[in-house]
Amino acid sequence: MKLLTHIGQYTLMIHKTFGKFTKWSVLKNLILREIDDLIIGSLGIVAFISFFVGGVVAIQTAINTDNPLLPGYLVGFATRQSIILEFAPTFISIIMAGKAGSFITSSLGTMRVTEQIDALEVMGVNAYNYLIFPKIIALTLFPFLITFSMFLGILGGYIACITGGFSSHADFIEGLQLDFKPFHIVYAFIKTFLFAMLLATIPAYHGYFMKGGALEVGKASTISFVWTSVAIIIANTIVTNLLLT
Amino acid sequence: MIQVKNLFKSFEDTQVLKGISATFEKGKTNLIIGKSGSGKTVFLKCILGIFEADQGDIIFERTPLSSMNLETRALLRQEIGMVFQGSALFDSMTVEENIMFPMKMFTNAPHEEIRDRANIVIDRVNLINANEKLPSEISGGMKKRVAIARAIVMNPKYLFCDEPNSGLDPKTAILIDNLVQEITQEYKITTVINTHDMNSVMEIGEKIVFLEDGLKQWEGNNQEIFKTDNEAITKFVYSSEMFKKIRKIYIEESE
Repeated sequence: MKLLTHIGQYTLMIHKTFGKFTKWSVLKNLILREIDDLIIGSLGIVAFISFFVGGVVAIQTAINTDNPLLPGYLVGFATRQSIILEFAPTFISIIMAGKAGSFITSSLGTMRVTEQIDALEVMGVNAYNYLIFPKIIALTLFPFLITFSMFLGILGGYIACITGGFSSHADFIEGLQLDFKPFHIVYAFIKTFLFAMLLATIPAYHGYFMKGGALEVGKASTISFVWTSVAIIIANTIVTNLLLT
Repeated sequence: MIQVKNLFKSFEDTQVLKGISATFEKGKTNLIIGKSGSGKTVFLKCILGIFEADQGDIIFERTPLSSMNLETRALLRQEIGMVFQGSALFDSMTVEENIMFPMKMFTNAPHEEIRDRANIVIDRVNLINANEKLPSEISGGMKKRVAIARAIVMNPKYLFCDEPNSGLDPKTAILIDNLVQEITQEYKITTVINTHDMNSVMEIGEKIVFLEDGLKQWEGNNQEIFKTDNEAITKFVYSSEMFKKIRKIYIEESE
């Protein structure tokens, strides 16, 4: 029953977010600020994680397929598939649920606690649109972040393989190009876009409807991270079943 | 003028407001007083439309809130200025941006005109050298002044203040009270103040509504409060020995 109430309230929040629009002259600045906070501000951590995890994926694959009967290009092939299909879209989204999601929940939660959201409502501002819509628009750029992650992940894998002597340049490149299906990129972007919407709205819901004081802001951020991750994993399973099977 | 008729509000099983009626007059500082938990904030939030009342009505001039559609309510809200207990200033904006915010949202005036209007109200509330500061960089008293400036920048018909002098030293609290009263008279607005500060009651209580356990127990002004026999209000207002003595002296002098 409680879950149904949350789902209902969440749906109403989405509906109201696309209700009365804030003036464009105000909205465009809000969108640019959210792009800076949520996308540009995440580039560093995404680059760092993608590069090194890409390297580890390649090394692990090389170590576990150390059999002369297996072709040399397998490392490049497995690295590409792991990074494009799962690591970049799904795991970076979960990392973003921790970074950007917590930021969204705590900033909206703090605004709720300090009555700033009440102040917007009393003024007659559609607080849903003013606060949540710019985050949704900013996160439509999330696929660019994932493209960046894919590139750095594969680059990390390549550098780890070459410098560690696990694969030759030619084998790795051959593996990267082998049996490449452009639809896998489309699939990755479809789910990335879906995750972006979850990333923007679930933490926003937990922040916007937060009750209590400063302590509850921290709790709300944690709960929001858990639910966003759960939603991403469930959505990942559904989309993969629908698009790849 | 705002008329409240037979207002009821409950949260789950708890009945917070139990049929309150009151009239708040134009050009006067109307005070809602009562101890913590008496329903003051819920009452104020119902009038503002933040909480939907279960029963009863709120009439702004001649228009009942219940008969207003969402669009009319949004327009009404643009005629309302609100000073929140914690000031509710936007953290990411400077003092000047906070004050300019309502005009930026609801008018198409050029930026310079908005800035000029903001500076007029900044001068009116005596804020000096604070335009470029962030809310985190100014004192509690200054925050209240910024909140008042933001509330009056659109020339509102109604001004609501939720405990405007809570957390302030007595001198600053009186300055804020006087500022609100001056603005009320100068702009001829209907001001409703939620407070449990006895200095405010005595200084600016032109109309006082006393709430206890979700019911209106007494109504009057700061002169009548000295003479009333109402047990509930005398227990609340004259709970300290000092106020008891003041009341005694006042009654003796007036006789």
